[in-house]
Amino acid sequence: MLLVRCEDVALILPRAVDVGEPVEEAVQHHVNSCLVCQAELARYHKLLKALRTMRTQLVMPAPGTLAMTLAALQEAQERRAIRSLVSGRRGAYIGAIGGAAVAAGAAAAAVALARRRAPRLAG
Amino acid sequence: MTSVAQSNRYRDDGRDPLSQEELVAAARDGDQQAFEELVRQTYVATYTLAFRLTGNEEDARDVVQETYLRAWKAIRRFRGDAQFSTWLYRITANTSSSMTQRRSRNRTDSLDDQGPEVVDDRPFANPEASSEASALHQRLSEAVAELPPKLRAIVVLKDVYDLPHEAIAEELGISVAAAKVRLHRARKRLRDVLFEERGGVARAV
Repeated sequence: MLLVRCEDVALILPRAVDVGEPVEEAVQHHVNSCLVCQAELARYHKLLKALRTMRTQLVMPAPGTLAMTLAALQEAQERRAIRSLVSGRRGAYIGAIGGAAVAAGAAAAAVALARRRAPRLAG
Repeated sequence: MTSVAQSNRYRDDGRDPLSQEELVAAARDGDQQAFEELVRQTYVATYTLAFRLTGNEEDARDVVQETYLRAWKAIRRFRGDAQFSTWLYRITANTSSSMTQRRSRNRTDSLDDQGPEVVDDRPFANPEASSEASALHQRLSEAVAELPPKLRAIVVLKDVYDLPHEAIAEELGISVAAAKVRLHRARKRLRDVLFEERGGVARAV
């Protein structure tokens, strides 16, 4: 079996401490029979447990943080609403101008057609 | 569509307020008040993560604001595959990462800065009965804060908030392999700080 030293195991333990992380059989065998490495593994378990409990330790924000956040949010929401209103109106204006242009073009074409069809008076 | 006005009315009537899922559904439909209620419910947790990632209060406040602005813009795309809190954590991580990269690291912290108040929200937590544990936690919080930002972000997101490597890598813009390497380095550093070797005997705290 491959000879494994405690120094080698120490490099692997930060990864090996994760559940489901594959560990070579030789390393596993060494840890099972080495008190130094078992103690080192226990330290990593203790570290991970302590890190997990940090999630329940809430850091309280300074007073006013919520109010500032909500104000920034409302400002952004208003900006968005105004932008959407302006872009909606812009669309309506463009549509109206386009419609007017089409109508004018159609009218001009109709006049031109009518003139062409009108009987010319003999000079 | 569920309106938060209904939620408030329910409260006035003594009935149950809307659940977070219902508030999320209303916010996705464009209900601004529902989203603001979600902000009220989650901002302390979001601030806590932002503070742990940035290491200072001012940046944490900015990250919180930016996180909720981004969340509001993206809420329609939130499909509900993950919990709303997990989705927010990912936005917080991404926002914090962008801000950390943007900001200069020449900041000088105020000498009289005592740091924010930390509250343990575990039920039945008894500080007197767990003085050793709280000493370890205090030391650990300091050790995490002293890590370089890149290592700190990984260890906070993985070992504290339990986000998967893939999500962390995506939000921080790095590969999964790089995320794992950084995590192992961060753990090794924390182990060295917390269990300092003295004459071959490990000493906790």
